Amino acid sequence: MTTHVLSPDVLNDGRTDSARSQNPAGQGLAAQAAPAAREGVPAVAEPQDGARKRRSAPQGDPPAGNAASPNWAEAIIRATLPPLLTFGVVLGIWAFISAAIVPDIPGPGATFEHAKEVLADPFYQAGPNDMGIGWQVLFSLSRVLSGFALAALVGIPLGLLIGMSQPVRRALGPLIQILRPVSPLAWLPIGLLLFKAVNPSAVFVIFITSIWPIILNTAAGVQAIPQDYLNVAKVLQLGRWDVTRKILLPATRPHIMTGMRLSLGIGWMVIVAAEMLTGGIGIGFYVWDEWNNLNVASIIVAIGIIGLVGILLETVMDRIQRRFDYTRGGH
Amino acid sequence: MNRTYLQLDHLGITFPTPKGPFCALQDVNLRIDKGEFIAIIGHSGCGKSTVLNIVAGLLRATVGGAILENREVTEPGPERAVVFQNHSLLPWLTVYDNVRIAVDKVFGARKTKQERDAWTCHNLELVHMEHALDKRPNEISGGMKQRVGIARALAMEPKVLLMDEPFGALDALTRAHLQDSLMEIHGKLGNTVLMITHDVDEAVLLSDRIVMMTTGPAATIGEVLDVGLERPRDRLSLAADADYNHYRAEVLRFLHARQRNPRAA
Repeated sequence: MTTHVLSPDVLNDGRTDSARSQNPAGQGLAAQAAPAAREGVPAVAEPQDGARKRRSAPQGDPPAGNAASPNWAEAIIRATLPPLLTFGVVLGIWAFISAAIVPDIPGPGATFEHAKEVLADPFYQAGPNDMGIGWQVLFSLSRVLSGFALAALVGIPLGLLIGMSQPVRRALGPLIQILRPVSPLAWLPIGLLLFKAVNPSAVFVIFITSIWPIILNTAAGVQAIPQDYLNVAKVLQLGRWDVTRKILLPATRPHIMTGMRLSLGIGWMVIVAAEMLTGGIGIGFYVWDEWNNLNVASIIVAIGIIGLVGILLETVMDRIQRRFDYTRGGH
Repeated sequence: MNRTYLQLDHLGITFPTPKGPFCALQDVNLRIDKGEFIAIIGHSGCGKSTVLNIVAGLLRATVGGAILENREVTEPGPERAVVFQNHSLLPWLTVYDNVRIAVDKVFGARKTKQERDAWTCHNLELVHMEHALDKRPNEISGGMKQRVGIARALAMEPKVLLMDEPFGALDALTRAHLQDSLMEIHGKLGNTVLMITHDVDEAVLLSDRIVMMTTGPAATIGEVLDVGLERPRDRLSLAADADYNHYRAEVLRFLHARQRNPRAA
């Protein structure tokens, strides 16, 4: 279920079982990244199993946590304790590595102090090559969003076309299958040659990154449209344009959103690597620059920020996806 | 002769399969008058849905064809509206919009916006769904979805209403309600209806003639039974009616004595 989102199934002739399923292909994969973001909250509503209760009882219950305390306090503890424990263990390992194995890696305490410093003024500007981490993130985000928007602009129509027309599918299938597994970074030199500038090249790399999931999910969405909807369109004698506008687009919207969500997530991962190569301003180059300065604490802070921005993007896309997904409404 | 409204003329269809051509229907001949309610009954897989799809224009007959008002059916069109078995409402549209999309397409040029709105509501009232205009298909029950599907088909003002096992997926009580609604609508509007069913009671209760199909391959019409029951019909009083039970027995005899379903054995 998770693999066929990006699988070239849809490029083959005929409908595959996976493509026929009503749910957007890859809901599973898309959702995989999400639990990290959501875990905290919905866990409250989870049925509490015995094992969990037992584990939390000896450590977690505050002195007031007896029968008299309200239920929600207990629920909050159950929801927050497991992730807190995880973070605690990770911090412990980190501190141990820093103290006993690799002293060049600053420990959690030193990193926290450094983070306060870095985040105190994230938007300072001290010349073209010395800007706050906030600017670095914004520059990277703008590249990701431009490449992503261009990919959507090209990918959605192309995906619709591939889904609708067997000749187009046959024509483009092999090309997509060859190019899709290529690391987007391999395109960076081509971008540099094409655009003779660093910034558009990075955008180009994100465009290449983002376009495959969008094309493939859109095409899978078109192929998953139940024949009934198309029969309705035929009985109504809707023209090609009306079928696209009134049947194809709304029916594939959940798939398209899945593709966009996937590609935005990958784009955010790829931009860091791309900027390490291109230089300039951006969170990726920031990481590389701090490495050259042997400022490891900054790198660790940057890793945390990259992760948080990733969660933010994921959450925004999730909201948008829910808005557009008619299958989740009702019941 | 010239009273015939819809004619199936030596209709046959052959599908190519990996094992060679498969003849699903052969020599289907039927004349239907305007306003008639025809039920086609037969074992599953006998090709009755194929007949309907050919009349709808969704399938092309290999031999012969369907003629509606002296014009051969070559493509799907709103004058032969279909009520599909699984309602096939568009899930992203509300109940109202699901009907309105058909109204706009069929009457876009002939009716004003207000008239189209009124016509949409009118058809939803016919099927008693005026209370759920703003609901989406996944917020209403299966029976209600099928009502909306019927409203959408009726709203096209079709010459023939084609129904492909419209109540097959519903529970018995809901099915009875919808059958009553359909009889009420047919009594009011006098539509010409071609309905596929595998429910003997449904066929006898609703139709003027029951077309019984032989079991495939090369399925064709085995017998046609005239149902001479007075309209309006009432399911309760008919349950003990001798004629009703006679017709019912006739269909059962055909289905189970003369045309055993080999796959059901």
